[in-house]
Amino acid sequence: MIRIQPPGEALYDEMLLADGQCRPHYAPFWHWLKETDDKYIQHKREEADLLFHRVGITFNVYGEEDGAERLIPFDNVPRIIPAAEWRMLDKGIRQRVKALNAFLHDIYHDQRILKEKVIPAEQVLANDQYQPCMQGITLHRRTYAHITGVDLIRNQDGHYYVLEDNLRTPSGVSYMLENRKMMMRLYPELFSRQRISPVERYPSLLLQTLKESTPVENPCVVVLTPGRFNSAYFEHSFLAQQMGVELVENADLFVKDGHVFMRTTAGPQQVDVIYRRIDDAYLDPLAFRPDSMLGVPGLLSVYRAGGVVLANAVGTGVADDKSIYPYVPEMIRFYLAEEPILNNVPTWQCRRPAELSHVLANLAELVVKEVHGAGGYGMLIGPCASRAEIAAFAERIKARPDNYIAQPTLSLSTCPTFVASGVAPRHIDLRPFVLTGRETRLIPGGLTRVALTEGSLVVNSSQGGGTKDTWVLEDYPC
Amino acid sequence: MLSRTASELYWMSRYLERAENTARMLDVTYSMSLMPQIDADNSELIAPLTITGTHDPFLKEYGQINMANLLDFFVLDERNPSSIFSCIKGARDNAHAVRGRISGEVWESLNATWLEMKALRKRGGASQDAVAFFDWVKERSHQVRGATFGTILRSDTLNFIRLGTFIERADNTARILDVKYQVMKEDEDPVREFYRWNALLRSVGAYEAYQELYKQAPTRDLVAELLILRSEVPRSLRASVEEVEALLGNIEGDAGREPRLLTAVQHAKLRFGTIGDLFADGLHAYLDQFLTDINAIAASIHKSYLEAS
Repeated sequence: MIRIQPPGEALYDEMLLADGQCRPHYAPFWHWLKETDDKYIQHKREEADLLFHRVGITFNVYGEEDGAERLIPFDNVPRIIPAAEWRMLDKGIRQRVKALNAFLHDIYHDQRILKEKVIPAEQVLANDQYQPCMQGITLHRRTYAHITGVDLIRNQDGHYYVLEDNLRTPSGVSYMLENRKMMMRLYPELFSRQRISPVERYPSLLLQTLKESTPVENPCVVVLTPGRFNSAYFEHSFLAQQMGVELVENADLFVKDGHVFMRTTAGPQQVDVIYRRIDDAYLDPLAFRPDSMLGVPGLLSVYRAGGVVLANAVGTGVADDKSIYPYVPEMIRFYLAEEPILNNVPTWQCRRPAELSHVLANLAELVVKEVHGAGGYGMLIGPCASRAEIAAFAERIKARPDNYIAQPTLSLSTCPTFVASGVAPRHIDLRPFVLTGRETRLIPGGLTRVALTEGSLVVNSSQGGGTKDTWVLEDYPC
Repeated sequence: MLSRTASELYWMSRYLERAENTARMLDVTYSMSLMPQIDADNSELIAPLTITGTHDPFLKEYGQINMANLLDFFVLDERNPSSIFSCIKGARDNAHAVRGRISGEVWESLNATWLEMKALRKRGGASQDAVAFFDWVKERSHQVRGATFGTILRSDTLNFIRLGTFIERADNTARILDVKYQVMKEDEDPVREFYRWNALLRSVGAYEAYQELYKQAPTRDLVAELLILRSEVPRSLRASVEEVEALLGNIEGDAGREPRLLTAVQHAKLRFGTIGDLFADGLHAYLDQFLTDINAIAASIHKSYLEAS
């Protein structure tokens, strides 16, 4: 039998209790793991590596010349979520995304939430991510974030917390799908032991969502990618293929007579919905960055006139900004008149002098993040940092306090994970994917990222994180 | 179909076809090099350089023309744009850009080829077992083609993939023929000629076809007829141009007036041409004209479909 290291004290482990007993929803997997020959599992893990390489499920890492395409490590121990827990998550996430969409519509129209001083106006209007060009533009179904990836973690108290709402171009859904395919291929026997919610419907739901984003009948939908050197290129082409739509690059599109067209072998063809995986700033050199070689000149004017739908909308970044994040519970109360179902992580805003001094005094216990940062870059994890690192970071915060927020160091829950010595607990997070069309829908599942280094809390793939298949159970005997 | 997608599909198959033809060309060169009595003046070894127009860069980098250097240059050297390594890389890069438009099986078989090619280069092993390597290239090419036929949607996706294959094949076959006929013109020894015909036929996989169609020892006229004018031989010029004509007819839309006209004219020349026509001004002049024509067709395909605005 494979060697299983017990979870650390004071940590919440998804599979094991402190006394080494297994949580009930993991029981079928636990028994399988104990009765299965570890050579067999080793062989299966090698098979998985080989298959991922062959299929070319890779991501590109910026600034690395040789390893231009790298494999994201895939861990064979699934992350399992009991049905009741998922029902709560599903409800809580949908509530959150609805409030965020209402917030975006509001700030680009009447700005009621600012007038009523629920959120300080300057924090929205002076935000880099706020796009004045969206003011007064009414979108079909008032939907701004058609595709959202909400990052959650489970703290040692056993509760889930929302870490951030990704409203721009969240990625990772292709791994959710490919990981499931891989697990079913490697371990079909596991799938007969428990009722695991299928996730394979995501591409068709995505297409439906995109079609519902426009009033046009039978719209022409495309996926817009920065190109094959982008870190998420695999996902862009994967989704286009799964939906059966064209994968276009900027140069394939042009604007004429108030519409967007793509160049085809049979002449120009009109495009109605663009699922764009490009940041706002690179969409249209005429509107945003004149220095950019990327973009489709004139795209924004067509968009503002309603000639084409962009998913997600321009200007959603203001709502997933880390300086706006602390207000999401308020948004839920304000727009939906409901109490938030999911917790926010308590957050100190360094822009406020009182909170800044608290942060500076407690840097060694806190996590500090840049408000516009992403990918695990530009952050300080106090408990893991040296004195010198903390001192250097304090200077950066003092120089630009409004660029930082701080949160208590949450101890992400752990999940047993294959490592060199057998199976050991590693920290994980969770990103479910939310689609907003006629209604707001979630696929039961998501992307579970795992920090493969012992003790590490950074799960980002660009910094050595791996992924796991995420099983949402439909029911289980307990 | 997106013009860029069509272009990637077209070049994916052109590169793959080129890799296969480079392997075929080296294969025949290699077998001739094992018979020094036949290739006393190195004319056989020079042939691949002439065919691909890489004479000068080769001499600059390698200095000496021998089989080991040729193999290095044509198999693994990424500075050589027509090396098998470069071609497989090109094919794989193009496929990567449109992997959503090709079936998983085609992509995987091409990607696996590329991964093996990289591993091979790391080991530096191609020249040790050259024949096995050439067989491997041909086998991989056949496999990708098989996966293409077996799994790719019969739409413009397939049309543009096939179009690339046959434009490249017409070009490559014409080049191989041109150079081999030059070599033979300069050396008319009947024994050496016999071996050269055999090797040439084998290199384009047409040895059995020749025996079946002519039932006699190969001659200059018949080999030329077989590889230029006979439509039964899959790698002949006529067969390739016929395919191009049919494929252009299948492509949706009416953007292809010019390439279709050029191809129809070329097809008529091959279909109604005779052995006499081939040798009227010398075979070299004929093939030279053919190469000009096929490149004009390729340029016209580019203009009409692949760079459409």
